[in-house]
Amino acid sequence: MDDRYNVSISDCNLYYSDFHALKDINIEIEQHEVTALIGPSGCGKSTFIKMLNRMNDLVEDCKITGNISIGGQDIYAKDLDINLLRKNVGMVFQKPNPFPMSIYDNIAFAPRTFGIKKKNELDDIIEHSLKQAGLWLEVRDRLRRNAMGLSGGQQQRLCIARALAADPKILLMDEPTSALDPISTGKIEDLISLLKQEYTIIIVTHNMQQATRISDKTAFFLLGEIIEHGKTDDLFSLPKDKRTESYVTGRFG
Amino acid sequence: MKSKAHNRQILRYRIAKWLAFTAFVLCILSLIAVLTFILIRGLPHINSQLLFGNYGKEPSIKPALVGTLYLVLISVLMAAPIGIGCAIFLTEYMKTSSRFVSIIHVAVETLAGIPSIVYGIFGYLVFVVALHFKYSLIGGGITLSIMILPVIVRSTEESLLAVPRSLREGSFALGTSKVRTIFSVVLPCAASGIVTSLILAIGRVVSESAVLILTIGMVVNKMPESLTSPGTSLALDVYYFGSHGYPEQAAATGVVLLILVVSINILATVLGKKFGKGELANG
Amino acid sequence: MMNKAYQFIRTREAVMRGLFLFCASFSILALGCICFFLFLNGVPFITKVGIANFFGTEWHLANASYGIFNMIVASIYVTALSTAIGVTVGLMTAICLFKFCPKKAVFALRQMINLLAGIPSVIYGLFGLIIIVPFLRDYLSPNGVGYGILSASIVLAVMVMPTIISVSLDALNAVPSSYYEGALALGATKEQSVFKIIVPAAKSGILAAVVLSIGRAIGETMAVIMVIGGSPVMPKGLFQSVRTMTANIAMGATELSGDPATALVATGVVLFVFTMLLNICFSLLKNGGKQ
Repeated sequence: MDDRYNVSISDCNLYYSDFHALKDINIEIEQHEVTALIGPSGCGKSTFIKMLNRMNDLVEDCKITGNISIGGQDIYAKDLDINLLRKNVGMVFQKPNPFPMSIYDNIAFAPRTFGIKKKNELDDIIEHSLKQAGLWLEVRDRLRRNAMGLSGGQQQRLCIARALAADPKILLMDEPTSALDPISTGKIEDLISLLKQEYTIIIVTHNMQQATRISDKTAFFLLGEIIEHGKTDDLFSLPKDKRTESYVTGRFG
Repeated sequence: MKSKAHNRQILRYRIAKWLAFTAFVLCILSLIAVLTFILIRGLPHINSQLLFGNYGKEPSIKPALVGTLYLVLISVLMAAPIGIGCAIFLTEYMKTSSRFVSIIHVAVETLAGIPSIVYGIFGYLVFVVALHFKYSLIGGGITLSIMILPVIVRSTEESLLAVPRSLREGSFALGTSKVRTIFSVVLPCAASGIVTSLILAIGRVVSESAVLILTIGMVVNKMPESLTSPGTSLALDVYYFGSHGYPEQAAATGVVLLILVVSINILATVLGKKFGKGELANG
Repeated sequence: MMNKAYQFIRTREAVMRGLFLFCASFSILALGCICFFLFLNGVPFITKVGIANFFGTEWHLANASYGIFNMIVASIYVTALSTAIGVTVGLMTAICLFKFCPKKAVFALRQMINLLAGIPSVIYGLFGLIIIVPFLRDYLSPNGVGYGILSASIVLAVMVMPTIISVSLDALNAVPSSYYEGALALGATKEQSVFKIIVPAAKSGILAAVVLSIGRAIGETMAVIMVIGGSPVMPKGLFQSVRTMTANIAMGATELSGDPATALVATGVVLFVFTMLLNICFSLLKNGGKQ
């Protein structure tokens, strides 16, 4: 992989056994951009981002055709190391899923996986990741406590910190705020704006205001197809497609 | 207005209820009776000679205590890795609907349904006859390990399945390999459930006697020198004393066995509760 | 350098997968070994002494008579009687615990019953030996013998009761409460609703409890040999020393060698076949209950 982490997808189709979940996807995502994926439920947004770190491999009977490359590297190539791919393409899930261990161990999980064992190195990574996730001040004096004791919003930021500790280039977020209250949501949105300096972010959201607040570009999905992809401001103010217009003005979905 | 027939109906079921109540009282009383009589007959005869003395004129259960400990160690050390490994393969590597999983399930269920005396015959044929070990603790222990395998597989599988999928996904999404995910995330989450199953398995080993009568030789009066020497266990001693004219010692040994088994079960229940409440409740 | 680390991880993945696969296959392997050793030793013996001899009514080692028919009958007798007692009393107890008992008592009783389910069978046997056998001998037996079918059945019935209670209580609890409420709403009394609606609805679970207890009773050894007496004769009454298949195996186990020992193995084969048939019944019932 070269240093540029752009996502390039052409003629991609995805099937869950008989179900055609993604149809003829063509999209280019530049690095250091925040791309929001919007569209009604079940239209393939989550499937799309799971394709980028190959989490779909865990699903039975999932078949993918076409070309998907990140930084010029075909991520479905035979000799690709899937663990390295997932390290480079971090993911934050819809529901916070901290491991039932201490805050420290949660964040140290990925670095330890990749062979970092020295305590001072780990300490640095943990402090840095927690600061990036805006959680450091809240938890610095209870790093050894179980992560399950944190509030929902804190848990989600912990999951972001955990993903960042793996030193990813791209961050995938699958409706990261849908299970959170408005204040926590605001904190995470602020965080995303900061993180885009360093990472390429692809975020699935149901909330169109959120998409306009945080994203540079937006892609509108409908029934497994990308209907429209462009600058967020353009897509919301001057949608080119009738269906996009109906959706963003709230006529369906 | 209730008709006569209706009244008779109601009466009939009320009688049924009282019959059920009688059976209930009878049942509870008889179960209490088992405990009470064993305690009454046995407690006065527990003394240091019985527990720790050398087997001479007066019987002692010291060889049985040592033998039981050996059997627990051998069988659990053998069955735990295999049983846990089996459960891991079934839950982490196989789809729940797969053919292989159902075949293993059938095999495990069948193993669970085999009477212990048949395990005893198997152990006898393999270790005493085929391998010429003679009667030995190791032969008995290995036979027991096969017998407790279903207990370990079933409950480990259950606790592994109870670990939320989202945790595995979270781990994979960080680029963690499957083996590390299993050992660092899945197993720690299921730990208390697995430990509970191991404790229950220990309870089975301590309670078992029919397997041992055919495999370890029931030598009640000699301390086992090594794993390959014949020996006895607490449960076997209860039988031996009972049927060889020492009913008091049998009851006393029974009390020791009872205390041991009940505390093992209580330990398992307490741990199981902790697990049931779930450190994972909000995960 | 990175590549080497990943190579290592890949190898480790493959090795561990193989190990786990081995563990999973172990249960099949063990089952295969058990069948192999039992049948290899038992079946040739049966054909050698002749089916008529082996399933005959005379067990006399000095004459090379290895008939186990009496023991099969005794096993069936003891199993049937103990299951009848155990299931009746156990089921009634479960019904009481289910609806006719104060809620607070139910929890405590359930805990106690769970504990009793884990008690070693040899303890039940001892209870039979020091309490039931003398009692029957002194007060009930017409011929002054306390050992025999009745003692064994009582001991086994008490022993399987905890299992029957918890399995059938689970079955009763699994019946949707709307059934019960529906019956009450039609004017049925509490007793009618329970006996007419809930118990029939829990039928398959209760049947499973019955089959389970039959399996325990027919395979139980230690509790039985302590109270059964042990004479290899045809059972004719409740107070008569007889011998079940399991007792036959355990009693001869430590003393015999040669052909008589193989006769015990062959007895084990018969017992094994019996329990396998029961297991098949049980799984059929379980699957039937699911549908």
